[in-house]
Amino acid sequence: MRHLLSAADLGRDDALAVLDTAERMESAIAGREVKKLPTLRGRTVVNLFFEDSTRTRTSFELAAKRLSADVVTFSAKGSSVSKGESLKDTALTLEAMGSDAVVVRHSMSGAPHRLAGWVRGSVVNAGDGTHEHPTQALLDAYTMRRRLGRVDGLRVTIVGDVLHSRVARSNVLLLATLGAEVTLVAPPTLLPVGVEAWPAAVSYDLDASLPKADAVMMLRVQRERMGDSYFPSAREYSRRYGLDRRRLALLPDDAIVMHAGPMNRGMEIAAEVADDPRRSTIVEQVSNGVSVRMAVLYLLLGGPSPRDPSLLGAPSPRDPALLGGGAGTVPRRRRA
Amino acid sequence: MTAWLIRGPAPYGGEPTDLLVRDGVIAEVGRGLSAPRGAHRLDAVGLVALPGLVDLHTHLREPGREDAETVETGSRAAALGGYTAVHAMANTDPVADTAGVVEQVWRLGREAGLVDVRPVGAVTAGLAGERLAELGAMADSAARVRVFSDDGRCVADAALMRRALEYVKAFDGVVAQHAEEPRLTAGAQMNEGAVAARLGLAGWPAAAEEAVIARDVLLAGHVGSRLHVCHVSTAGSVAILRWAKTKGTRVTAEVTPHHLLLTDELAETYDPVYKVNPPLRTAEDIAALRAGLADGTIDAVATDHAPHALEDKETEWGAARPGMLGLETALSVAVLTLVESGVMDWRAVADRMSVRPARIGRLGDAGRDLTEGEPASLVLVDPAARWQVDPAASASRSRNTPYAGRELPARVVATFLRGEPTVFDGKALL
Repeated sequence: MRHLLSAADLGRDDALAVLDTAERMESAIAGREVKKLPTLRGRTVVNLFFEDSTRTRTSFELAAKRLSADVVTFSAKGSSVSKGESLKDTALTLEAMGSDAVVVRHSMSGAPHRLAGWVRGSVVNAGDGTHEHPTQALLDAYTMRRRLGRVDGLRVTIVGDVLHSRVARSNVLLLATLGAEVTLVAPPTLLPVGVEAWPAAVSYDLDASLPKADAVMMLRVQRERMGDSYFPSAREYSRRYGLDRRRLALLPDDAIVMHAGPMNRGMEIAAEVADDPRRSTIVEQVSNGVSVRMAVLYLLLGGPSPRDPSLLGAPSPRDPALLGGGAGTVPRRRRA
Repeated sequence: MTAWLIRGPAPYGGEPTDLLVRDGVIAEVGRGLSAPRGAHRLDAVGLVALPGLVDLHTHLREPGREDAETVETGSRAAALGGYTAVHAMANTDPVADTAGVVEQVWRLGREAGLVDVRPVGAVTAGLAGERLAELGAMADSAARVRVFSDDGRCVADAALMRRALEYVKAFDGVVAQHAEEPRLTAGAQMNEGAVAARLGLAGWPAAAEEAVIARDVLLAGHVGSRLHVCHVSTAGSVAILRWAKTKGTRVTAEVTPHHLLLTDELAETYDPVYKVNPPLRTAEDIAALRAGLADGTIDAVATDHAPHALEDKETEWGAARPGMLGLETALSVAVLTLVESGVMDWRAVADRMSVRPARIGRLGDAGRDLTEGEPASLVLVDPAARWQVDPAASASRSRNTPYAGRELPARVVATFLRGEPTVFDGKALL
């Protein structure tokens, strides 16, 4: 694997390799006074954020730094990008500077695909338009596995603005790959035409789907959608599709509540639900994000391909590639 | 004027014969003709002869975007594609909404001299969709405009559309509608359906085209006017047109080569070379469009040749301009999708790419039979040739062909415009 553009790029073994590697990353870091591994020393990771996202940008930054990579962050504001420079020119500039990986967030679907055609390094999609956000899906799966012990066979309900959600698209694909059963719940206006082709069930009735759910994932709903008549009012939306205390009680006892953030408290999720210490994984998702993104960067830049069985066969935190040597001992996979 | 003896071509793919071309007309047709003194000879054995093709829908970009195409470069691409007449769309800068602009385009076409350039006039001033442009002045100008279109934009206001349809009756004009209900396609990027849902690209629903066509055929029927529908792209549109024709409505329609061949799955590359308006649809739509063209519900193949500068295509999908080149590949794509698939014969191809479009545009001397006394505007095609599309080899100033690297059948060997070759041995002569 050279790029991570879509959750569909990951087969079952690839996805499991990311989750297993993330686990090793986490335990390797946990025992350390200095929270750094030398794995990507000398490699350059560029965070290219055409869209504001403190959460994702910081997470990728931290992930790359913990692997000792050199990290440069371009955000659209204050760079040449805001002066009308094209995506292609930006790509060629990064290429000339010799970046090994570009982590890109963009408001237009498919922008990372275009970028991947113009640079030789790896491209990681950190969210493109209404298309995908594959590392979010990976960290969500990682969170489910840690909390519930597995992903295979889990029943996951995803609720909200599926039409405009890159989180939903990536999660549906990855969860299907990992053997979970997904149900999408949304007002019909916020489901794409063609959703029937997705590996997921569809329902308009949140109450009916909650008693069977092992995990419920609430999607952010932007209030502006009201102006386009996707729903009549914020109040009606939260009445029909918001997760409040009453609905929380419909969930099985050990079910978890997830949200990719940023939340609209009081809209798609009640504050008391978001803050429920037993069920809510929202804060945990954020910290898991760093480990998962470390795993992704490591697998793309530092180690053998996740398809390589040797990686799966040696999931030891004492793996020299993880702990010991620096960039010198790690086979470079660039320009593969 | 030189005479040409064209030996052995098969008119409409039928029985081979000889054609003697003299003084701009087909002087004689028959086997074993002898060449008059000084006549050029052209060995055309094995080639198919068709009347020169007529395009109802070409964007030549001049004035305004001469970096993407000019009347001259577009004319050359047209001649190489076997065309002898093209209708130049009005969405230039300035818009072709006055007699002055349409006459300028018409003159540039005459100066290039490779095809007859027939300007299309805008329906509304500045393509703004608010008030009629001076349609009569354009009709009475030297350019003798008969086709009016806001193409690129829909005449969305029903009352304005009705008035336009009525008004052009006075000079036997036709309103060519770009059928797209704008409220249903705000921000739309590709065909709405399973592929768009997966790619996260905003959908352009078939109903946005069909709703406008349904409205317009009812209006045209009501006021007894001529309506032409541009670039029909959906199975539903074909059904509505078929119904309207059975009611006797004076409606004609065109389909582009790309809508006869390419599907929305190509958007999976996110390469905007496949971004076009209306968008590429599904295999079911393609089947319905081919059938509609074969049974005459759709009257014409029109290219919607839409050149774009590199920087308008080397972008994110959402930032790119819609449109693709078509003039040099149209006949080959028609042969591939219609003749080789067995849907149509060569005579039907000539009908849909020359005869009927000429009639719709009211071009008296184009789309005529290959018989004695008719204007010698014709194209010679090698039906057995196969060629690979190389964007760099295009005569167009732009490179946005969706067929790059594809092998296509049939190659234009020569094109004659009123007895003078514009293309010879597959190369443009001017």
